[in-house]
Amino acid sequence: MSEMYELTIEQAAIALRVGAISSVELTQAVLDRLAATEPAVAAFIEPTPEVALAGAAAADARLRAGDAPLLCGIPGALKDLIATRGIQTTAGSQMLKGYRPIYDAHVTQRLIDAGYVLVGKTNLDEFAMGSSTETSSYQTTRNPFCPDCVPGGSSGGSAACVAAGSAFFSLGTDTGGSIRQPASLCGVVGMKPTYGRVSRWGVIAMASSLDQVGPFARTVKDCAAVLECLAGRDERDATSSSRAVPSYREACGRDIAGLKLGVPREYFIDGMEPAVEQSIRAAVAQLEGLGATAVEISLPHTSYALPTYYIIMPCEVSANLARFDGIRYGVPQPGETMWEAYAKTRGAGFGAEVKRRIMLGTYALSAGYHDAYYVRAQKVRTLIKQDFDQAFEQVDAIVCPASPTTAFPFGAKMDDPIQMYLSDVFTLAASLAGLPGLVVPCGFDAASKPIGLQLIAPHWREETLFQVAHAFEQSTSWSQPQNRHRLRVGQGGAQ
Amino acid sequence: MQMSREEVAHVAWLARLALSEAELERYAGQLSGILSHIVQLQELDVTDIAPTAMAVEAGGNVVRADVPTASAPQDEVLANAADIEDGSFRVRAILEESA
Repeated sequence: MSEMYELTIEQAAIALRVGAISSVELTQAVLDRLAATEPAVAAFIEPTPEVALAGAAAADARLRAGDAPLLCGIPGALKDLIATRGIQTTAGSQMLKGYRPIYDAHVTQRLIDAGYVLVGKTNLDEFAMGSSTETSSYQTTRNPFCPDCVPGGSSGGSAACVAAGSAFFSLGTDTGGSIRQPASLCGVVGMKPTYGRVSRWGVIAMASSLDQVGPFARTVKDCAAVLECLAGRDERDATSSSRAVPSYREACGRDIAGLKLGVPREYFIDGMEPAVEQSIRAAVAQLEGLGATAVEISLPHTSYALPTYYIIMPCEVSANLARFDGIRYGVPQPGETMWEAYAKTRGAGFGAEVKRRIMLGTYALSAGYHDAYYVRAQKVRTLIKQDFDQAFEQVDAIVCPASPTTAFPFGAKMDDPIQMYLSDVFTLAASLAGLPGLVVPCGFDAASKPIGLQLIAPHWREETLFQVAHAFEQSTSWSQPQNRHRLRVGQGGAQ
Repeated sequence: MQMSREEVAHVAWLARLALSEAELERYAGQLSGILSHIVQLQELDVTDIAPTAMAVEAGGNVVRADVPTASAPQDEVLANAADIEDGSFRVRAILEESA
């Protein structure tokens, strides 16, 4: 018998509809779990128990009325980069300490319309810049499967709270891997949709040609249910697509026999942990056992994704973060002149990694360097995209690792930016190409730390990702619900 | 690829970032390291390759109907500012009086 907080969204939705439980009871169970795990995990910058219980009571009324959407009454969490009206939204930065948006992000509004229950705003690397959640200026989030290690990042709090059981689902953002890498390190399902599938309106911008919002959940079908709620056109984001949104849940359960999967040889590199390679190879064999065909493919420009990303992203960062001057919002510092006040506000409000990226982007865009760096990187971006275009002429999806390592110890990469950036080496290329990617748990290393399998599909083919991931999940025993006994937080409660 | 402390200071000024001496030293080293990694893009022949600004086709210009809608209330817009006066954001003078 599962505890209430351990149910899947689908199970909870049924229990809510037959009246076996109320959303208030379900929410209280999640808040109790949050209270039990949070001292160790620290996934939330700000839990919102009062908002949650009020939302749950409203959801119960709606459920009784009988026309509630699937997520009605289900507790979820939002990365603290996503605007919530009247609720502090910090981006993990001292710059925005105390900032209360006067509007909800489009994705927040969609969840509100569906009747979800907000349990809190989750920790992240400052302005989503990092791969370990260690650049947050608020707190250190721990990996629920290995409290001595990072949860990954930048959406580390969103991944950790779902793994720990203190939310049924969460939203993260992924610019170069910030959903997929923490999903891999925390043993949960995480997906980055096609660029343009989900509106970015009200999400604090990092790199606008790359940013995309997506869900974390404990099972593939739960993840599909959340994406169904988020996806679709929003006229306030001109890059959001008006393409019809298919039922992603219906894709879960489709046979994968006959599907052709590509295994890119460039994604098996020196420096990759042997346990990760073994698990990925075993996962490919498992998918072949389910009737898919696996073929080796080449994505020849893979090694250029990291340097390309580390030009394009900082250039966009330097432009997007120019707005933080402490005047309309933010924490201002005094200065003798307006320019000095700006520089002091930004010098004091931003942390080291944010300043590093603003500097890099400002340099690359400055007079005399623009063509050599930015335009050249955009041309290489074309080559990277063409690699995928050619691969998808042969295969339906690509199967590869999500991260070269499992969760690493705190501080291991903080003094060496390049080492930290390499943590995203398997997720950056798909981001540059605007492709959807999904990570599903596929094993554990000898220390019981999770390993994730990354699936990449052509633009707008999220259905293929859910189809393959669901078939894999159902035929293996690596999902979070089957591995709760490995969690190293929240013991002493119900087991 | 080496970035001097003076170049870092110039870029920090362009970015409106007040940095300490220690930060200038540290960023000179770190940014040089990152630029040395990035330089490998120069290996590639990109002749006749078009740049990609956005990887997914947006499908031409996107415009919305030009219909007035309600603006956010003034008191809410000002609520997050540290310095307001008479319903406005208060900022420093940007022009100095000549002597």
